[in-house]
Amino acid sequence: MEYTIFILLLPFLSFILTGLLGTKLKPVAAGTVGTVVTGIVAALSYLTAFSYFGAGRNADGIFPVQIPWNMEWLPFGGNLHIDIGILLDPISVMMLVVISTVSLMVHIYSFGYMKGETGFQRYYSFLSLFTMSMLGLVVATNIFQMYIFWELVGVSSYLLIGFYYTRKEAIAASKKAFIVTRFADLGFLVGILIYGFYTGSFSFTPDSAVIGSARVFLPLALGLMFIGGAGKSAMFPLHIWLPDAMEGPTPVSALIHAATMVVAGVYLVARMFPLFIGYAPEVLHITAYVGAFTALYAAVVACVQSDIKRVLAFSTISQIGFMIVALGVCTSADPHEGGLGYMASMFHLFTHAMFKALLFLGAGCIIHAVHSNEMSAMGGLRKYMPVTHITFLVACLAIAGIWPLSGFFSKDEILAACFGFSPVMGWIMTAIAGLTAFYMFRLYYCIFWGRENKELHAEHKPHEAPLTMTVPLVFLAIVTLLAGWIPFGEFVSSNGQAYRIHIDWSVAATSLCVAAAGIALATWMYLREDRKIADGLASRFSGLHKAAYHRFYIDEIYQFITHRIIFACISTPVAWFDRHVVDGFMNLLAWISNKVSWMIRGMQSGYVQRYGIWFLGGALGLTIVLLLI
Amino acid sequence: MNILSIFPAIPVLMMLGLWLSKNTRQIHAVMVTGASLLLALAVFLVFRYLGLRAEGETAEMLMTAGFVWYEPLDIRYAVGVDGISVAMILLSAIIVFTGTFASWKMTSDVKEFFIWFCLLSVGVFGFFISVDMFTMFMFYEIALIPMYLLIGVWGTGRKEYSAMKLTLMLMGGSALILIGILGIYFGAGATTMDITEIASLHNIPVSMQRIWFPIVFIGFGVLGALFPFHTWSPDGHASAPTAVSMLHAGVLMKLGGYGCFRIAMYLLPEAAQELSWIFIVLTTVSVVYGAFSACVQTDLKYINAYSSVSHCGLVLFAILMMNTTAATGAVLQMLSHGLMTALFFALIGMIYGRTHTRDIRELSGLMKIMPFLSVCYVIAGLANLGLPGLSGFVAEMTIFNGAFMENDTFHRTVTVIACTSIVITAVYILRLVGKILYGTCTNPAHLKLTDATWDERLAVTVLIVAIAGLGLAPMWMSDMINESVYPIISHILN
Repeated sequence: MEYTIFILLLPFLSFILTGLLGTKLKPVAAGTVGTVVTGIVAALSYLTAFSYFGAGRNADGIFPVQIPWNMEWLPFGGNLHIDIGILLDPISVMMLVVISTVSLMVHIYSFGYMKGETGFQRYYSFLSLFTMSMLGLVVATNIFQMYIFWELVGVSSYLLIGFYYTRKEAIAASKKAFIVTRFADLGFLVGILIYGFYTGSFSFTPDSAVIGSARVFLPLALGLMFIGGAGKSAMFPLHIWLPDAMEGPTPVSALIHAATMVVAGVYLVARMFPLFIGYAPEVLHITAYVGAFTALYAAVVACVQSDIKRVLAFSTISQIGFMIVALGVCTSADPHEGGLGYMASMFHLFTHAMFKALLFLGAGCIIHAVHSNEMSAMGGLRKYMPVTHITFLVACLAIAGIWPLSGFFSKDEILAACFGFSPVMGWIMTAIAGLTAFYMFRLYYCIFWGRENKELHAEHKPHEAPLTMTVPLVFLAIVTLLAGWIPFGEFVSSNGQAYRIHIDWSVAATSLCVAAAGIALATWMYLREDRKIADGLASRFSGLHKAAYHRFYIDEIYQFITHRIIFACISTPVAWFDRHVVDGFMNLLAWISNKVSWMIRGMQSGYVQRYGIWFLGGALGLTIVLLLI
Repeated sequence: MNILSIFPAIPVLMMLGLWLSKNTRQIHAVMVTGASLLLALAVFLVFRYLGLRAEGETAEMLMTAGFVWYEPLDIRYAVGVDGISVAMILLSAIIVFTGTFASWKMTSDVKEFFIWFCLLSVGVFGFFISVDMFTMFMFYEIALIPMYLLIGVWGTGRKEYSAMKLTLMLMGGSALILIGILGIYFGAGATTMDITEIASLHNIPVSMQRIWFPIVFIGFGVLGALFPFHTWSPDGHASAPTAVSMLHAGVLMKLGGYGCFRIAMYLLPEAAQELSWIFIVLTTVSVVYGAFSACVQTDLKYINAYSSVSHCGLVLFAILMMNTTAATGAVLQMLSHGLMTALFFALIGMIYGRTHTRDIRELSGLMKIMPFLSVCYVIAGLANLGLPGLSGFVAEMTIFNGAFMENDTFHRTVTVIACTSIVITAVYILRLVGKILYGTCTNPAHLKLTDATWDERLAVTVLIVAIAGLGLAPMWMSDMINESVYPIISHILN
C-alpha cells in the first residue's frame, strides 16, 4: 500500500505548482491540473479501499490497522514526538473515499460554476490545498498529526471563504470562521498536551498500563479535544461561523462546509472512540446532549431562513448533531450491546456527505441561474431546470429519511441507537427528523414550486446549468439513491467485527410517518402560490419567528463579547496602560534625571567662588558624618 | 585563522570596502559580495558543525580558538560554537543578506548607512561566536551603539526621541549586564571569563547568585523585550529604517534571549531555579499582554512590535521552564521569530515606501494593487499565527510541549495562559490582513502603485523559503539544537 503516499503528495504538488505559477497559468490549465490530480487521488483511494477491504479480516475477525508510511517529523524529547504518516483502518479508508469523491465532483463542477471568475487559478490551488489537508487529517497516525492537518483545513477554509476578498461580508466571515475555530482549537491543543503528558505518547492507542495512571486526566483531555471537534463541527455554541461561511463560493460550501471539513469533529470523536468508551463514557454522553441540542436548535432556525444557502448550512449543523448524538449514545464497544451508534454515525457521515454535497451543488446551479441566494427570487424553477429539480428532490427525500434513499438507512440506525440509549432521546431525535423533513421541503417548494418571481424571471430567464455542473449532480444523485444498500456494518463497526444491519421496523415506521407528516405539512403550507398559512403563522408568532430568523441572537452575544468586552475592556486598556503607565514610568525617569541635572548644574557653573563654597560645605559635611560615626 | 573569526572579519572588510567605494554601484557591489559570502559561510558552518558532530566530537563547544587579550582580568578573545550559536549565526547571515536587498533603494548617505549597518553585524556575529563573557559583552556594545545613529539619522517620525529612548534603555540593560558579569567573574574566584570554564568550576556561592541572577537576567531581558522593560521596542521599531528594524527585531532581540540562557541561567543555576518563578510570571504577562496590545494598534510597525513582545516573551518563558524540550523550543522560536519578523518589517518597509503611510485605517485593498507583496504579507501573518508547515508552529508546539512537562499547578497554569496567545495572535493578524490587504482600495492615489521590484522579491523570497524550510523539515534544526541545549540544562538542574 506504499502508493497511498501519493494520495497526499499529489494534491500538495498541485497546490504548490498552481500556487506558484498563479496567473502565469491559463485558468483552464490550472483547473485541469487540479481536476486530474484529484481524479488520480480518487482512483488511488478507491484502489486503497478495494485492496484494504479485499485483503479480508484477520484471525480476530477485524480489518487490521495498516501503517504503510510513518516518519518522525519533530521530536520533543522523551517518548514524545510528532509523526507524519498514513494509517489505514476502516474509518480512514471510508473517509478517503468520501473526501476524494466529493472533492472530484466539486473540481469538475467548479469548471462551470467559477467560469470567468478572476482568481480561477487561486481557487483551484486552494482546493488542492484543502484536499491535501483533509486527506492528511483522516489518515493521521497520531493525534498531533491530526492537529496539524486540522489547522491546515482551517486555513484552507479561511482562504476559500474569503475567496471574494473584495467583499466586506466575505472578509468578516472568513475571519470569524478562523477565529472561532481557533478558539476551539485552543481546547484541542491543551487536550493534546494533557493527553501526551499522561499517556506518554500521541498515539491513538496508548499503552493501557500507562492509561491507568492517567485516570482523572484522560476524560479531561478527551473533553477538551471534543471542544476542538465542536468548533470545527459547528456544535452549539461554537456554530456561529458556519452560516456566515456561506459567503464562500457555493462549491466550496459543498465540499468544505457540508461534506468533509465540518464532519472532522465527528471523525475525531470516532477516532478516539475506544478511549471514550473505555475511560470516559460520561464525557461521551455529554457530547450526545450537546449534539441533540444543536440538532434541535439548528433545525428550528432552518425553518425560517430565507437564504437558501443558510437553510442548508443550518441543516448541516443539525445533521452533524445527529452524527454526534449517535456517537454519544454508545454505551459499549459491542454493536449488539449499545455500540450501534458508532456504525450509524459513520454511515450517516457517509450518506450525508453525498446528499448534502448534492444539495449544495444544486443550490449552486440555482444561484447561478437566478443570481441570488434569496428564496424570493426563486419559485417555479422546475420548468427551467429539470435536472437540478430532480436531483434536488432526490437529495431532499434522502435527508428527510424516505425509503429507499440512503438517508433513510443511516438515520434509521441513528434513531435505533437513540431509542436503545433512552426513549426520551429517541423521541426527541425522531421529532427533529420530522422537522428536518419539514424545512427541507419548505425549501424545495419555495425554490421549485410556489410563488414564482415572474418579474425577475422575465427579465432574466433562468436556465439549466451547463454539463460540467449537471454531471456531478447526476452522479451524486445516483450515489444517494444506491448508497443505502451498502452493507455498511460489514466494513465499519464499533468493535471492528462484521455487523449485519437489520432495520428495526418499529423505529423505521415511526420515523417514516413523522417524515411524511413533515413533508405533508410543508406541502400544505408552501406548495400553493399564496402562502396564507405560512405568513399567518409567521405574523401570529412574530416574536418567535423573528428570534429564530435572527438565530436566537447568538451572533449578537458574540459581537458583544468580542467588541464590547475583549476589544473595549481588555485590549484598549492594556494598550493604554502600556503607553501611559509602563512607558510613562520610563519617560518619568527620563524627566526626573533631566530635572535633577538642571537643578544641580549650578554646581558646575565655572565660578571659582561657587566651587569653593561647595568644597567647603562638602568637607564640613563629611567631617561631621565621620565624627558622628 | 579560525573559521569563526571570519564572521566578524567580513563585515569589517566590508566597511573598508564601503569607505573606498565611490558610487552607489560600488557600494551595492561590496554589500552584495560581503552579505552573500556571509550567507554561504553560515550555510557551510552548519554543515561543518553537523559533520563534526557526526564524526563524534562531543565537546560542548566546537571549533574553539582564542588568545589572552587583557591579562589582569583574564579576558580572552575566545571563540567556539555549539548548535545554538550555529543556528543564530545562520539566522544573522540570512537577515544581513535580506536586509541588504531590502535597503537597495536607500538614497541619502548610502555609504554611511551601510558602514554603520556593517558595524552592527560585526557586533552581532562577534557576540554569537564568543565564549568569553567580556568579549561577548564588548561585541554586544558594538551592536548597540550604531543603532542610535541608524535610527536617529535614517529613521522616520519621532526618530530622535525613539533613538534616544532605545539607546538609553538598552544601555541601562548593559550596565546591569556589566555589573553582573563582573559579579560572576569575582564570584567564581576571578580566574577566568570563559563561560564553559566558569560553568565547570561551578563555585559561585548561592547567596551571591541570588544577587547576580536577577541583575543579569533583567539586563539581557531588556533587549529580549521582557515586560515591563519592553517599551523601547514599539517606538524604536516604528522609527527605524527597514533594514535596521529587520536586523534589530530579527537578530538583536535574540541577543537578549541568548544571553539570558547562556550567561544568566547557565552560570547561576541555583539562583535560576530558585527565582525562575518571578520571571515566569513576567514573561507570561509579556506573552498575553503583547498580544492584547497588538489587537488595537493602528500603526503596522506597532502591531509588529507588540507581536514581537509577545513572541519574544515566549522565548524567555521557554528557557525558564528549564527542560531540554522547552529550551529547544526557545531557540527554534528565536530562529522562527527572527525570520518572521524580519519578513514583516521588510514588507512593511516596502508598503510604506509606496504608500507613505503605515496607518492601517488609511490602507485597504492592497491585494489588487500589489499582489506579490500582499501574498507574502499573508504568508508572514500565517507564520506568525502558527500555521503548520511554517516555522512558527514548530517553535510554539515545542515550547508548549516542553512547558507542559513541568508537572505542577503553577507551571500548568502559566502554560495554559501562554497558549491562549495563539488565539489572540489570530485575532490581530486577521484583523490586519482583512483591513489592509482585502477589500477595495479607497485611496485613488494608491491605485497606480507598482508591485515588488526584483531586489524586494529576492529579499522576501529568501525569508519565505527559510520560514517554510524550517516549518516543513524541522527535525534537522531541532536535533542540532536539542543536542547542545542538553548539557546546559543538565548543568542547571544539577
